[in-house]
Amino acid sequence: MAAGTSTVFLLMVNGQVESAQFPEYDDLYCKYCFVYGQDWAPTAGLEEGISQITSKSQDVRRELVWNFPIDVTFKSTNPYGWPQIVLSVYGPDVFGNDVVRGYGAVHVPFSPGRHKRTIPMFVPESTSKLQKFTSWFMGRRPEYRDPKVVAQGEGREVTRVRSQGFVTLLFNVVTKDMRKLGYYTGPADTHSIPVPSVPQ
Amino acid sequence: MVSEEAPPDSQQGPAQEEPQTRLLSATARRGPRSLPPIPSASRTGFAEFSMRERMREKLQAARSKAESALLQEIPTPRPRRLRSPSVKELETEFGTESGKEAERTQPEDASQSHPRVKFRDSARKIKPKPRLPPGFPSAEEAYNFFTFNFDPEPEEPEEKPKPKPRDETGQEEEKGEEEPPSQEGADRMDEEELVQGQEAEDFLLGLDHRAADFLAVRPADYESAQVRLQREQEMLFVPSRRTVPTYKKLPENVQPRFLEDEGLYIGARPEVARGNQNIMENRLLTQETGRRWFGDDGRILALPNPIKLLPSRPPVLTQEQSPTAELETLYKKAVKYVHRSQQVIGSGDPSGNFQLDVDISGLIFTHHPCFSREHVLAAKLAQLYDQYVARQQRNKAKFLTDKLQALRNAVQTGLNPEKPHQSLDMNQKTINEYKAEIRQTRKLRDAEQERDRTLLKTIIKVWKEMKSLREFQRCTNTPLKLVLRKEKVDQKADEEAYEAEIEAEIRELWEEQGEAYEQRMEAYRTSYQQWKAWKKAQKTKKKKKRQADEEHPEEETEEPHPGEAPGKPTPPEPPDRAAVEQQVRERAAQSRRRPGEPTLVPELSLAGSVTPGDQCPRAEIWRRDDVKRRSVYLKVLFNNKEVSRTVSRQLGPDFRVHFGQIFNLQIFNWPESLTLQVYEMVGHGSPALLAEVFLPIPETTVITGRAPFEEVEFSSNQHVTLDHEGVGSGVPFSFEADGSNQLTLMTSGKVSHSVAWAVGENGIPLIPPLSQQNIGFRSALKKADAISSIGTSGLTDMKKLAKWAAESRLDPNDPNNGPLMQLISVATSGESYVPDFFRLEQLQQEFNFVSDEELNRSKRFRLLCLRSQQVPEFRNYKQVPVYDREILEKVFQDYEKRLRDRNIIETKEHTDTHRAIVAKYLQQVRESVINRFLIAKQHFLLADLIVEEEVPNISILGLSLFKLAEQKRPLRPRRKGRKKVTAQNLSDGDIKLLVNIVRAYDLPVRKQAASKFQQPSRSSRTFSEKRAASPSTHSPTHSADYPLGQVLVRPFVEVSFQRTICHTSTAEGPNPSWNEELELPFRAPNGDYSTTSLQSVKDDVFINIFDEVLYDVLEDDRERGNGTHTRVERHWLGCVKIPFSTIYFQARIDGTFKIDIPPVLLGYSKEQNMVLERGFESVRSLSEGSYITLFITIEPQLIPGESVREKFESQEDEKLLQATEKFQAECALKFPKRQCLTTVIDISGKTVFITRYLKPLNPPQELLDIHRDNPQATAELVARYVSLIPFLPDTVSFAGLCDLWSTSDQFLDLLAGDEEEHAVLLCNYFLSLGKKAWLVMGNAIPEGPTAYVLTWEKNHYLIWNPCSGHFYGQFDTFCPLKNVGCLIGPDNIWFNIQQYDSPLRINFDVTKPKLWKSFFSRSLPYPGLSSVQPEELIYQRTDEGAAAELQDRIEKILKEKIMDWRPRHLTRWNRYCTSTLRHFLPLLERSRGEDVEDTHRTELVRQLGDYRFSGFPLHMPYSEVKPLVDAVYSTGVHNIDVPNVEFALAVYIHPYPKNVLSVWIYVASLIRNR
Repeated sequence: MAAGTSTVFLLMVNGQVESAQFPEYDDLYCKYCFVYGQDWAPTAGLEEGISQITSKSQDVRRELVWNFPIDVTFKSTNPYGWPQIVLSVYGPDVFGNDVVRGYGAVHVPFSPGRHKRTIPMFVPESTSKLQKFTSWFMGRRPEYRDPKVVAQGEGREVTRVRSQGFVTLLFNVVTKDMRKLGYYTGPADTHSIPVPSVPQ
Repeated sequence: MVSEEAPPDSQQGPAQEEPQTRLLSATARRGPRSLPPIPSASRTGFAEFSMRERMREKLQAARSKAESALLQEIPTPRPRRLRSPSVKELETEFGTESGKEAERTQPEDASQSHPRVKFRDSARKIKPKPRLPPGFPSAEEAYNFFTFNFDPEPEEPEEKPKPKPRDETGQEEEKGEEEPPSQEGADRMDEEELVQGQEAEDFLLGLDHRAADFLAVRPADYESAQVRLQREQEMLFVPSRRTVPTYKKLPENVQPRFLEDEGLYIGARPEVARGNQNIMENRLLTQETGRRWFGDDGRILALPNPIKLLPSRPPVLTQEQSPTAELETLYKKAVKYVHRSQQVIGSGDPSGNFQLDVDISGLIFTHHPCFSREHVLAAKLAQLYDQYVARQQRNKAKFLTDKLQALRNAVQTGLNPEKPHQSLDMNQKTINEYKAEIRQTRKLRDAEQERDRTLLKTIIKVWKEMKSLREFQRCTNTPLKLVLRKEKVDQKADEEAYEAEIEAEIRELWEEQGEAYEQRMEAYRTSYQQWKAWKKAQKTKKKKKRQADEEHPEEETEEPHPGEAPGKPTPPEPPDRAAVEQQVRERAAQSRRRPGEPTLVPELSLAGSVTPGDQCPRAEIWRRDDVKRRSVYLKVLFNNKEVSRTVSRQLGPDFRVHFGQIFNLQIFNWPESLTLQVYEMVGHGSPALLAEVFLPIPETTVITGRAPFEEVEFSSNQHVTLDHEGVGSGVPFSFEADGSNQLTLMTSGKVSHSVAWAVGENGIPLIPPLSQQNIGFRSALKKADAISSIGTSGLTDMKKLAKWAAESRLDPNDPNNGPLMQLISVATSGESYVPDFFRLEQLQQEFNFVSDEELNRSKRFRLLCLRSQQVPEFRNYKQVPVYDREILEKVFQDYEKRLRDRNIIETKEHTDTHRAIVAKYLQQVRESVINRFLIAKQHFLLADLIVEEEVPNISILGLSLFKLAEQKRPLRPRRKGRKKVTAQNLSDGDIKLLVNIVRAYDLPVRKQAASKFQQPSRSSRTFSEKRAASPSTHSPTHSADYPLGQVLVRPFVEVSFQRTICHTSTAEGPNPSWNEELELPFRAPNGDYSTTSLQSVKDDVFINIFDEVLYDVLEDDRERGNGTHTRVERHWLGCVKIPFSTIYFQARIDGTFKIDIPPVLLGYSKEQNMVLERGFESVRSLSEGSYITLFITIEPQLIPGESVREKFESQEDEKLLQATEKFQAECALKFPKRQCLTTVIDISGKTVFITRYLKPLNPPQELLDIHRDNPQATAELVARYVSLIPFLPDTVSFAGLCDLWSTSDQFLDLLAGDEEEHAVLLCNYFLSLGKKAWLVMGNAIPEGPTAYVLTWEKNHYLIWNPCSGHFYGQFDTFCPLKNVGCLIGPDNIWFNIQQYDSPLRINFDVTKPKLWKSFFSRSLPYPGLSSVQPEELIYQRTDEGAAAELQDRIEKILKEKIMDWRPRHLTRWNRYCTSTLRHFLPLLERSRGEDVEDTHRTELVRQLGDYRFSGFPLHMPYSEVKPLVDAVYSTGVHNIDVPNVEFALAVYIHPYPKNVLSVWIYVASLIRNR
């Protein structure tokens, strides 16, 4: 690489998978991974993670809190294929089988700063009522072969999904050299981002 | 507060009294305030009144007690407290007038409430700790102590627990309350509320004094329900339902006024329930500004009821009209939105956009406020002169004179009696016409001449005026100068001409008048006659009338009725010649130059001198200064948008401004208007718009350079008065001294410009194409009017215009048509260009931010493009660099090279041009198929994305139930399917190839004392079945050998795959059993373990069988006792080759395979078990050869790619396609595992019915010639020919997923194909040989699903393997074909519906419908499908020279390779042996590897007697060099490391027609014997 001029830009993401709202389910854990384009490479941190199992809070909010940290740094030469975080949430069903409770994905925010994202989660539906019953009965719900599908557009037309709940993520994004390479991701208007109030 | 809001309550109370309990509970909710004080309810006539009264007294007593107690502690509030009940009393007493009261007390209340609220606030702040310890009752506590006891218990269950404990601690007083609490509650609440309000005040006042104390000691605040209710009360308000008295709603002392009574119309008010209205009114009245809501009549203002009296619902539908009819949607043809399509004109022309060149050369003011009087005259003069010049140019008078002359001549000739052939009638008519025309023309000419003359006169007059003006003002402002040039004329001739003219005119006029006279006379005569007749009639009438006068007096009036009452006509006067002459002469004198008078030619020049400024009068100097300060510029507006403007130029003294600017307007839209705005600036002031000039849009033929300058006039209506000599604008002025004859001039001028379309660089005019309008508009005007005939746009199309001109027979000599004709003549010469194309995406260019070249130059962009196109080189390119400069040119080199090579045939690798071409072609087909596959891969199925349990059917459920019951560890365990692994997350070393070598049969055995044998001892048996008829002549000799050789053979198996080699241990004997598992690692190409990549792995698994030979190398016999010193040699016996793709798709390969043993294996012979042979001759004869049992699989099991689900287009009949689908579905239902093929995909990707491939095709003639009399031999030869065509599995070349079938000619051209192509070709050959032949679709080992050929020989069936050329009887157990799915003939397909599918167990008689289900049957007869095969195959002879050359090259390559493989040893080549071998190979080819061994052996022995010799010929079809090299490598000949070993290698290529090459490689190692 030529000295002095950088030829990659860096994107540092840290934050956490804060909490989830799945009104019907309890004892869930979540898995996250990143999907990114060909020009991207992780340089530090974990690309994938799996959280602890959490139970619903006893208060009215009935929130499932993981506070599962994310910390990863990417380098890239091309904003095409900007990383997306793919979340999949699992938990036991009535019979104790571990089934999927939701898939969801969101792009890592472009602009530096603190961002809060709430992702709606969904699961693939069974193809027929009978299958729905059997899958419920057997505890083998339909799942994506690869959770990364939810970050892609290809092939989605063949699936039917049902929405399940929400997961709230918090990102702190730092970029380096983006501007130098001519990518302007907008003013980091950090002041206007409401700092989430401390839960009481 | 308390007091004021009571009154409405008091009124409200009684009205709501009845539901007492409800009211009470409501009170609890609403707070005490809403409760009416019952004692005041004087108007109520209820029974409980007395009861209440009593209760109140008691209450009063109790209260006074409590108050006295309170007073001791808090003395301060007392006065107030005392006051409040009285206030309340008062209010209740005067409840009826409470409204007034409220009004009165309102301000007072406002002032009061303020501080109180404040206090309360401060109290709230302090309240957090108000509770004192129990011994310290606070004011509040004390209050509560008393008040809460009165809480009515049954009212609200919630409140119960609260009062209860208090009751216990309470005092006796409450106990004394006998009254039902429900009754008393109302009162109590009222009381309580008052007390509380009071108390709060008191408390607060107290607090004011001792705030600090309270702050210190008070415990946590408790806001009692009472307090809260009270607070709510402040905010809430319950409006009364009572009628509001009118006076409240009206201003004071105003009587309601009812407009209705006054006769004014007020509409019906909307219906509102009385009660609601009252509520609203009450509500409004509580607001201060509430009154304005009420009208003069004291009612709420309201608009008339908007609701119609009559229901206006849609008409109810009658029975006949169904609602659907009513709802029916009407179809209306879409009206095309007439977009101004002219505006959308193409762009994207690389040469640029459309361009309109606007050339503004200058501006001349014909009038300007700063004009001096002289200027005005000068302008006038100039104008007149221009007019004069223009007239002079047109010279209409002259033209008319000439015409007149011509007409006269014509009349003369017409009258000439010398032309008798013209009919008189005709003549007369034309002459009359001519005369009429003469008259007309003469009139015109006179007018013209007169005009000319007056113009000239005016010019002279103006000039004179100007001269006088100049004298008057003592200076000259304009350089104008008029010179009148006199042209002398010949007096005499002139006079004569004049006279002649007049004469002619007089004559004509005379004639005319004569004619007219005649006509008039005629008319006179007729009218006279009429008059006479009438007169007569009149007389008779009168007579009659007189008779009838008495009876009909009224008829008298009728008498003058014949209205015309013609007067007596006067005879016309005869024409007077003298008068006519007089008339003519007068007119001539007036309009014409007098004879002899010189012709005056005015010439206007600018030669005059202008008086310099310092000599002018002051006013003139001012004027000139003013002119100097003025400057002018023009704005150019295109489609009403300013596009540019000229520079600002100073106004010259001559009021001309020269710009000389050309504006190139790059336009996208069709020009709708082009406007120039003239702006004038005085000094540095703001510019003022003088005028707008509208320029015409040029026709498309007007191109820059050809456009003439035109002048467009403009004028402004501005009014300017100047204080100097300037005449101003819009202001009257006069040239006369007395101010008469006033003139008013407006600022005006001319812009000289030219507008034209620009011409592009390549000479194409940049003109937007015109839309064709008016097409189809044809009218009667067609002939007459060019524009209506061909449309305005047609005017621009010169060809059309010319055509129109020709059609309508325009007079080319008519001066009116002159310019048109000239235009046409210019245009048809082909100089103009009108684009006849339409541009799509005309806006594209606007979005291009960089030019295409620049984009293409960007390496990064290119890289990204290639990657996104999935070009193989870049498909997995990661991290495309940011800058171009970081992308090395090297990246593209490979790709570019490949692109270049695509069309260049490279012979280096292929050593044969034809193969190279084929290889290229295959590569291209492969690419196209792969591309299609990549597209097809985008189509996902649900199963690709989602894992889901299948729907359990009853059998699965049953099975799973059954499973529950089964034994956990069964005695005979069933094989469980292995877990399949998807290929994505694999890496090197994860995949292993497992090869289990079980045993082998019938391996060749060593010859005893090979170097010494004298006579052929080896059985001359061949491997072919046909010899089986006469087999056993050699048996005795062989049996003699057998007992002697104790060690026949020590074979071991070596498996090589991807250059990894494993081998088993050594076994002994010709039927060894190893039972060993070998494990070979698998490496995918480029570490890419995707399915596509795995499918295209071309590697083969070589399973070589070697004989391990131990040689004693001890040279000294004396040492033999001490030790052994042997050398191990291995001799290749044969091999089995299995492509990896087969293993991959089959998942496992299990079976017994025939070992490919070279036809000649020096030093070895085939072991013959005589015992067996005798007994099972027939069986043996069919199972010639050596066999090995293998089990091969991949660990872990890989999921093979699935076939492309793409639906290919087809040219087959739709019905047929449906039938095929149906057939296949039916077959699959019955036997899902049996292969059933009806349609296949041809090389161009179309679905073709399979039988179209089968058709008799001629084999090469040379093959037929060899065995003319032996059809069986011919068949074998043909099969061999087919097998020599290299095998190239489709699955490899086409990424496995679709099996493409090429026709036989394509196959032969390509010289590569898989089983289907081989089988089709072979089958076609057999058909042409007259055999009954079918294509067999089934499973074989090791190929898996494959195609074989079945033939019917006289009494038995033969199964042919098209790829090896071998054939098997139906009952051959070693036949590789294991099951049969369907048979395909040229005209039908038969599906096997027998119970078994092994060829051994089925009946091939397709005529039996119970055994074979045929596709075409009686219900669906064979439609006679044409074949896709060619009529005939044409075979070219292969170039023998090329073959020989190839042979040499291969030999050289192989020798080099062998030397490469032996890097540590010297490789010597025995030339003598090589030449011997080379001679021998053609023999082998001729006999197809049979029956030559003995002679060969003897020959070799004779020649190389001293050598121990091991070697063998290899035979292969030729496709490329690499397989040959691999094959030689796999034999391991090079592995011998005996020091004195020598090698021999010979290659022979036998060419067959169509470039089919049979390659023989003879490799041998020689060791000299001592």
